[in-house]
Amino acid sequence: MKTLTPPFDLLAIRKDFPILHQKIHEKLLIYFDNAATTQKPLSVIEAIEHYYSHDNSNVHRGIHTLSERATIQFEEARGKVQHFINAHSRNECIFVRGTTEGINLVAQSFVRPRIQPGEIILVTEMEHHSNIVPWQIICRQTGALLRAIPINDQGEIEIETFKKMLVPEVKFLAITHVSNALGTINPIKEIIKIAKDHGVDVLVDGAQATGHLRVDVQDLGCDFYAFSGHKMYAPTGIGVLYGKAELLDMMAPYQGGGEMITQVTFAKTEYAPIPQKFEAGTPNISGAIALGAAIDYLLKLEIEKIHEYENQLLEYATEEINKVKGIILVGTAKEKSAIISFNLAGVHAHDVGTILNNEGIAIRSGHHCAMPVMERFGVAATARASLAFYNTKEEIDRFIEVLKTVEEVFI
Amino acid sequence: MLDLRDLYQEVIIDHNRNPRNCRAMDDATSHAEGFNPLCGDRLTLYLKIQNDIVKDASFKGNGCAISTASASLMTESVIGKTLAEAKLLFQNFHDMLLKDDKTAEQKLGKLSVLAGVKAYPARVKCATLAWHTLNAAIEKKHETVSTE
Repeated sequence: MKTLTPPFDLLAIRKDFPILHQKIHEKLLIYFDNAATTQKPLSVIEAIEHYYSHDNSNVHRGIHTLSERATIQFEEARGKVQHFINAHSRNECIFVRGTTEGINLVAQSFVRPRIQPGEIILVTEMEHHSNIVPWQIICRQTGALLRAIPINDQGEIEIETFKKMLVPEVKFLAITHVSNALGTINPIKEIIKIAKDHGVDVLVDGAQATGHLRVDVQDLGCDFYAFSGHKMYAPTGIGVLYGKAELLDMMAPYQGGGEMITQVTFAKTEYAPIPQKFEAGTPNISGAIALGAAIDYLLKLEIEKIHEYENQLLEYATEEINKVKGIILVGTAKEKSAIISFNLAGVHAHDVGTILNNEGIAIRSGHHCAMPVMERFGVAATARASLAFYNTKEEIDRFIEVLKTVEEVFI
Repeated sequence: MLDLRDLYQEVIIDHNRNPRNCRAMDDATSHAEGFNPLCGDRLTLYLKIQNDIVKDASFKGNGCAISTASASLMTESVIGKTLAEAKLLFQNFHDMLLKDDKTAEQKLGKLSVLAGVKAYPARVKCATLAWHTLNAAIEKKHETVSTE
């Protein structure tokens, strides 16, 4: 029997996640839907509780002690984000609701005022809807054109085709770091370099990357990088948009309101410097602080070790799932995150999902908000098991065992 | 624990494996498209209506076992019915799954094999997709029916 060698104390880690220790339909929960959202460690849950029990106040406003405490913790969280993605300055890290809001902000505040009718925004065939629809809106508003870089049958970007698509009209590239539907890890650094050599600005959708891979925005050389807290063990409703300071400085605000101004009269308003310029209204303070706690947790485990162990899980699960009769994998890139998209011949993904759920196993079935990917592979839907560092070999074994029974129900 | 056999009853498995009336219809007098955005299931329903009677019904589409079996069973059950009777079936089917209405369930005969779907709230839309599409075909609505 093959054994996995987690580079950390897996049992201790699982104890950090209270939600994992429950039964669903009288079976121990096996949570394999981490690409949809990840579970939260106690330290993150306690950070929220502590904030609301002791420090709740508004930030950057009051001169009283609670407001000072809230402001300090909120800004400390920004510093943790800066360190986590190696941004040059903490002012380059804007708190947003999530990846989606980060992308929309860049679309409206950076691309929309600059792009001309007939110019081109590039995306790829593997994008999540949240990295397609904001660009379609921009195209409708400006007369710009949206083009998708094709992917091959393994689910990898066709780099040579991409190079040919870089005509002078191309002004912007929006691309995912890791595909949520296929698991592909894109050679993002190489792609950014090619784009930048052609004078194309680049946004990276990092929703599926942070928390699983080391991300260094300066090393990558991207102009913008957006990610969500809830996919990296922090709460929903908080995320980050990284942007190069020189670009953020020249951009108009995305939303107007309190916090983002220095002076308001009815004649004229002066905007606050970044990051406040893009943080209109009272922010998600507890969310930001909890994101900071999640970053602390990840750094303690070490991202490299997380990546190494998740790779072990992926390798083992891929090997085992390939032994299941009728299995069809969708997404077989050489470089993959621990996401396995699959179908069973003759069985719809929804039926697979129901049967697994009946045994306490949570996976996602459907189009994963990536309908163009489904179309590319000629499927209506897939079942998707997405793993995280708290998952175990035993869980994979149980998952495979149940998967093998699906056939019995339908044949 | 939920017994999967309550959901995937023999009749349902059979209709999923060998769906009845699963074909396009050239001489349809009405047709409608159904779409479940949650899972991407699509279904086209064809009706041949003469003198307010459903002379023929068929469907084409790609869906899960529940939605395929439901469409198959539905076409079987509405053929020969008046439009008023077909609408009443839709109402009873809807009430069985969404209102847990036992009287409605009893009036459905063979269609009541789908009552087990109630225990799986996420799957109710799979079972009702074909019926909403039938309703649209009868009403001759041309936009795609969505379960959302």
